Amino acid sequence: MVDAAEKTTGAGKYTDDLSVPGMLVGKILHSPYPHARIKRIDTTRAGKIDGVVAVVIGKDAPNPYGILPVGHDEHALALDKVRYVGDNVACVVATSEAVAEKALELIDVEYEVLPAYFDPEESMKAQSDLIHDNKPNNLEKDYHHVFGDPDRGFAEADEVLEARFIANEVTHAAMEPHSTLASFEVDPHTGKPGRLTVWSSTQVPYYLQHKLSLVLEMPMQQIRVIKPLVGGGFGGKSEVIPLEIIAAVAARKAQAPVKITYTREEVFWAHRGRPRTIIDLKTGVKKDGRISAVKARVVQDGGAYCSYGVVTILYSGALLGALYDIPNIQYDGYRVLTNKPACGAMRGHGTVNVRFAFESQLDELAAQIGMDPAEIRQRNLLRPPCITVNGLRVQSYGLPECIQKTVERSGWNQRKGNLSKGRGLGIACSHYVSGAANSIIRSDMPHSTVNIKIDRDGGVVVYTGASEIGQGSDTMTAQIAAETLGCSLSRVRVIAADTDLTPIDIGSYSSRVTFMAGNATLRAAEDVKKRIAAAAAKKMACDPSDLVFHEDRVVRKDDAAGLPEELAAKSSGPSQEPSVSGRVEGQILRGSLQQKRKDEGPKDSMTFEEAVVAAIDFHGALTGTGSYAPPQEARGGKHKGAGVGPSPAYSYSAQVAEVSVDEETGEVTVHKVWAAHDCGRALNPVSVEGQIIGSVWMGMGQALTEEMVWKDGMLMNPGLLEYRSPSSVESPEVEPIIVESIDPEGPFGAKECSEGSLAATIPAIANAIYDAVGVRLHESPFTPERVLAAMRAKRSAKSLNLTEGVDPTQPARFREHGGSLWFKGKGPERHALDPARREAPTAAGGAD
Amino acid sequence: MKKELIELRVNGRSHELAIEPSALLLDVLRQDLDLTGSKRGCDDSSCGACTVLVDGIAMMACTLLAASCEGQEITTIEGVSEHGSLAAIQKAYGDWGGAQCGYCTPGFIMTVKSLLAENPDPSEADVRSALSSNLCRCTGYSQMYRAIRSAVKAEREGLAVAK
Repeated sequence: MVDAAEKTTGAGKYTDDLSVPGMLVGKILHSPYPHARIKRIDTTRAGKIDGVVAVVIGKDAPNPYGILPVGHDEHALALDKVRYVGDNVACVVATSEAVAEKALELIDVEYEVLPAYFDPEESMKAQSDLIHDNKPNNLEKDYHHVFGDPDRGFAEADEVLEARFIANEVTHAAMEPHSTLASFEVDPHTGKPGRLTVWSSTQVPYYLQHKLSLVLEMPMQQIRVIKPLVGGGFGGKSEVIPLEIIAAVAARKAQAPVKITYTREEVFWAHRGRPRTIIDLKTGVKKDGRISAVKARVVQDGGAYCSYGVVTILYSGALLGALYDIPNIQYDGYRVLTNKPACGAMRGHGTVNVRFAFESQLDELAAQIGMDPAEIRQRNLLRPPCITVNGLRVQSYGLPECIQKTVERSGWNQRKGNLSKGRGLGIACSHYVSGAANSIIRSDMPHSTVNIKIDRDGGVVVYTGASEIGQGSDTMTAQIAAETLGCSLSRVRVIAADTDLTPIDIGSYSSRVTFMAGNATLRAAEDVKKRIAAAAAKKMACDPSDLVFHEDRVVRKDDAAGLPEELAAKSSGPSQEPSVSGRVEGQILRGSLQQKRKDEGPKDSMTFEEAVVAAIDFHGALTGTGSYAPPQEARGGKHKGAGVGPSPAYSYSAQVAEVSVDEETGEVTVHKVWAAHDCGRALNPVSVEGQIIGSVWMGMGQALTEEMVWKDGMLMNPGLLEYRSPSSVESPEVEPIIVESIDPEGPFGAKECSEGSLAATIPAIANAIYDAVGVRLHESPFTPERVLAAMRAKRSAKSLNLTEGVDPTQPARFREHGGSLWFKGKGPERHALDPARREAPTAAGGAD
Repeated sequence: MKKELIELRVNGRSHELAIEPSALLLDVLRQDLDLTGSKRGCDDSSCGACTVLVDGIAMMACTLLAASCEGQEITTIEGVSEHGSLAAIQKAYGDWGGAQCGYCTPGFIMTVKSLLAENPDPSEADVRSALSSNLCRCTGYSQMYRAIRSAVKAEREGLAVAK
């Protein structure tokens, strides 16, 4: 990785590591109520504290914003209403964190508490006290799609299953808490705030620049957004998070640079994770294993604001297609508002929970028709190139090979059914987009643009707006530039994600960077290469198209066939043994002739630097530019909501999980996951494997332990230990298997590799649990409580409501978390069993 | 709170600092000494991103009073490089994908340093158990094990200082 050293030495700077002279600290006051009208805010007492520079409230920046053009429903700070516990009410800017925290306690806010909605299905019935006045029934958006003839499909099916699946809410919990530093230059003519520079932990610097411009009423050119190193995103930084806007508003009011960094607890409240999703799924198959129809009703608990919600609910439906050949699909999706932090995009955006349901049900259907679960998946393959029933274009398709390889490597055919008691194998597949073919702001604008500048000494500088967030964006960019220009990687320097320097790139989300920014880099490098070739061809007295750039040299094509040998001969000098092969001898003879000609006239090869110097002398400046916009054919159908789902290419994944289940405790242990992923061409195999393993691991977390536990709008586990992200001792071995279906449009054939694998892991584990102990789990995560309940229900053959989760008021499941300010003594009316209401609070840490 | 003068030894150098007695070691390192390599990922020793060595023992600086470290030798990630070049473990983490976003990496490297000082040839179970004090959300840990094995091998073969 080109940036590994700055990460392993601690020299690299993340936003919170930065400071500028005169910088102040901002702290945010959060709402203690899930739903309340703000009747009055009095900041006088807070403002009087020594060290407090400014107190910012909603009316300091009243313009609404939101990541989607259809969802401008957020404000930097609440104007008249708070909509979740943790909503942003005011911000204190002070000389130190301690002073700011003290001042927060002195802000007087008078609330009128309103009835709140926590369950999406209840919320959909709301008639009064709506969360947003313009959203009747608290319904953010609903879509109803019918492709093919589902009724006929079900009539033709030999087996039909219908069930309700629930996937509980999870969050990104990226290791770096969100942080933003905002600084205004003072306009020397007016003395007023002039240009704004914002350093922020963001995946989308250009969207941030755009939203800042909306809220602050400044032209985008007056705003510079710089993305320093980002400590993980997973989608949590793929939209504008309130603190990014608040920091800028606060810096304007305080007339000084302001940095705001969330505490870990605030990160949990900022959320934007994967929504709790209720999936009513019906699938029909024929005896030969072919799927005849699918019907899905999906309800997402979206939280209090739109965020990416409209896109999430569309992805859930659209990506029912493009994995298998399904002729008839009916989809009803409901994105519902509730009084909880907003959900947004998270790794595998919108597809993960529905995939869990679909792959689980497919497994059950395989059992019903007596077919092997791997076989039923092979019976339903697409035949690309094709366009699916819901309008998705599929070209490269490595799924058959993914299934075949995981089956081989895991010993599926020999071991399935022959494992010891309580042990099982499960298989599942998934796919994901390589970038959305339509950007969230509908236009024909290129999704990525890249500029390249080459200096006289042969140094290549690539300017890209693509955002490195740990996924390897900068390394990919440098590799593609070096490969295209035939120069060594060490010549290439990447300047990324600085809106003043780098051309527009819409950001790091929907796994678009390698495909789109990679293609733009490839085109920019080809553009500049053309200029170098034109100048070099003159010097070498040949046609530019006859030149080959290879290993820091520019040579003629007729020499290129034996190029590595020729170079080897040159480097090892006269000691090189002459080969007896006629071909090589001929080359040596020709080489000596060329040497003679070289002494007299045009060169027969040039070093990269010589060619660059020639090009600069010939053209003046030496720059190149390239951009990428997805082709029209890949942009999907015409129905309402057709814009979400289409991608220029899809990645494919198949996984086998081996688990064991402790029948006494219900504890599930994942022993190994074989994960085959079709990423087109693997540009950097170490990175690709890292992304596959990371995705599988995150999927395993959602499958077994991770869950946002809610009680009356309060998050019961806002800490990294309580959230139960798996540690090294709980993490299985993952065997990544790279499958390379070379995509015709990807850069060097490359596609997505960072998200697609996640969705297969959850159903693979669910199916393995079924194989191990014969119970089908309909609700994730598969905690010991749920597994035990399912096993008990099976034994007594009595139905048991599996959706009834663990009682979150049990102290063992959470602990009182002391960090935040809104929490101290001002909390909402608590549940009778809430430990905070007891005389002696339980010891921190609970049972952990 | 009134500040007090303390002397802190960090990465082989002594610093005289005026700090509040309640100041946490992590804040002193990051804010007073500008050693921002140690990260804050949580506030309550759940994530290990702030791990430093105090007299060779891996400790979490986010819940350690700076004043309590007077007279002890503190090593942060900035003190790990050898003669200005990457230590074997740093190189291996970079080569084998042990660091993706890199935010947890300094903490992990300090934990590994302390493990290898105690046990120069750890089994995979030893490594897993030692690393469980730190959280990573990117890698799934697997590539770290490979990096650690490769660093152990490099150290053994005397390649620690890059040629």
